[in-house]
Amino acid sequence: MLIGLYNYWVVVVLMMVGFYIVIAHGNLIKKIVGLSIFQTSVFIFYISTANVDGGTAPILAEGIEQYSNPLPHVLILTAIVVGIATTALGLALAVRIKETYGSVEELEIQNKDNQDC
Amino acid sequence: MLVHLPILQVIVPLMAAPLCLFLSKPRLVWLFALIVSGLSFLISSLLLEQVMTSGTIVYELGGWEAPWGIEYRIDQLNAFLLLIISAISTVVLFAANTSISKEIPENKHTIFYILYLLSLASMLGIVATGDAFNVFVFLEISSLSAYALIALGEDRRALWASFQYLIMGTIGATFILIGIGLMYQMTGTLNMEDLSKRLPEVEQTRTVFTAFAFVIVGVCLKLAMFPLHLWLPNAYAYAPSIVTAFFAATATKVAVYLLIRFTFSVFDLSFSFTHLPLQLLFVVLGLVGIFVASTAAIYQTNIKLLFAYSSIAQIGYMLVGYSMTSVAGLTATLLHMFNHALIKGALFLALAAVVYRIGSAQLSQFQGLGRQMPITMAAIVIGGLSLIGVPLTVGFVSKWYLVMAVIQNGWWPLAVLILLGSLLAVVYVWRIVETAYFKPALASSETIKEAPLSFLIPIWTLVLANIYFGIDTRLSVQVAQAASQSLFGVSP
Repeated sequence: MLIGLYNYWVVVVLMMVGFYIVIAHGNLIKKIVGLSIFQTSVFIFYISTANVDGGTAPILAEGIEQYSNPLPHVLILTAIVVGIATTALGLALAVRIKETYGSVEELEIQNKDNQDC
Repeated sequence: MLVHLPILQVIVPLMAAPLCLFLSKPRLVWLFALIVSGLSFLISSLLLEQVMTSGTIVYELGGWEAPWGIEYRIDQLNAFLLLIISAISTVVLFAANTSISKEIPENKHTIFYILYLLSLASMLGIVATGDAFNVFVFLEISSLSAYALIALGEDRRALWASFQYLIMGTIGATFILIGIGLMYQMTGTLNMEDLSKRLPEVEQTRTVFTAFAFVIVGVCLKLAMFPLHLWLPNAYAYAPSIVTAFFAATATKVAVYLLIRFTFSVFDLSFSFTHLPLQLLFVVLGLVGIFVASTAAIYQTNIKLLFAYSSIAQIGYMLVGYSMTSVAGLTATLLHMFNHALIKGALFLALAAVVYRIGSAQLSQFQGLGRQMPITMAAIVIGGLSLIGVPLTVGFVSKWYLVMAVIQNGWWPLAVLILLGSLLAVVYVWRIVETAYFKPALASSETIKEAPLSFLIPIWTLVLANIYFGIDTRLSVQVAQAASQSLFGVSP
């Protein structure tokens, strides 16, 4: 149970670590990093589900009878692209926020907004 | 050609978006975007007509058969949503050129239209597709373009709002991704039609329950259900006015569509509503949302923020109708999606015109506007009346169907609460009317003129639609009823 589902335990731990960082940290860069970890855990989850016991890589070659399910791999390639785009956009926003607010700390930004009102 | 309509609906704006880069002048790009959006509208009208006469359209992408390839499946519900999105997009785009000339620097105009078209294409894609993973991909395209569009706002708070939306939106989308992954794990398929056949066999497993929970929470984040609505008010308030008008009228509707699609079609009704306390949860959260958001709206001094809160309250009405699990209740929800798109489209476009003229959406700046911009303010008043639900407007039609559905279920106290919620709308709409009509104009604003025609035409198109569909409800009610009957599996 523990060893057999090793991958899934890693997924759960990573997911919680990422989620916790997103919620608990006030630094925008750290939030983005947390978000990345959170998304990565889902990538590992998809790839783990594709695994077939005793299967090899899904390559068409002589002597290969059993192979992993290639579909989740393909799906997750798309999700990785999406993840990169999100991270890039998030970081770009952080740069712009730093330029206009002079800070990347959530609390300071909130304070400055409150002063404006 | 007609056979390929489902894919053309999505691919036309998607391909048109990068093509904008080759057009040199921003004005040309605007014209091009307007034509593309108009084409989408034409396609969606044709699709709706086709679906209403001959039933569900199934389109296999690249000729690959369904469970293996991706299929687009257009039934009454999809066609209805496609029509709402493309119609609003076209009307809003009409005013875009004038509006963004003041709010966005000239060198970013082309980028604006590219993002706008991408956003349109992806929303249409979410609705048209019949493949669960495809939904995720389009959802992310739509979110990414939305973050960028919101960040184009003048105010620096737009950046912060966009960042917060990015965090919440990504968590929501990743939740949906996890849910879809778990479903795939249990059934080995991603096609919605196929999922709905295979899920009942494994329904009682913990994995499926988990998948369901992840998908629902993810979708609810996207549709800004109370208490997951925190990203919405600021995002709408600080985005460029045109973007707000487009998103307020369409984006949350797409999320509501996803909620309906997943709970009614992918998971069946008995699973969604009997095994889990979804009904109680949504009725309570919907009602709390109506009251909390309407009350918050009353206290706003920024009108864009005010109507953003009111949007959250309107989502509450949709959820109440939805959780009734009756044909009448779902019809009310679908009707309200259509009607609310018209109301909020008109209101936010009128606000865009005000911002164009006075450069701000603060309530204090509205003093005396009733005399200086009479035609625009009249539009805001009619839109406001429609929001409250005064007879002869669309708002009345959806409230009427909602209350009837509630009474049909025998939930009398709920009907009273819904009407009380409308009273709160009276309060916040009245605050605008009072400032605009009964207070003397500010000394600084004496030179303000009526908004240009490029605003007035789309605004009044929507306002007249508000009145027209408030009187002649045949089209909207007929389609909403047909869609909801088909979701419940009742033959009309």
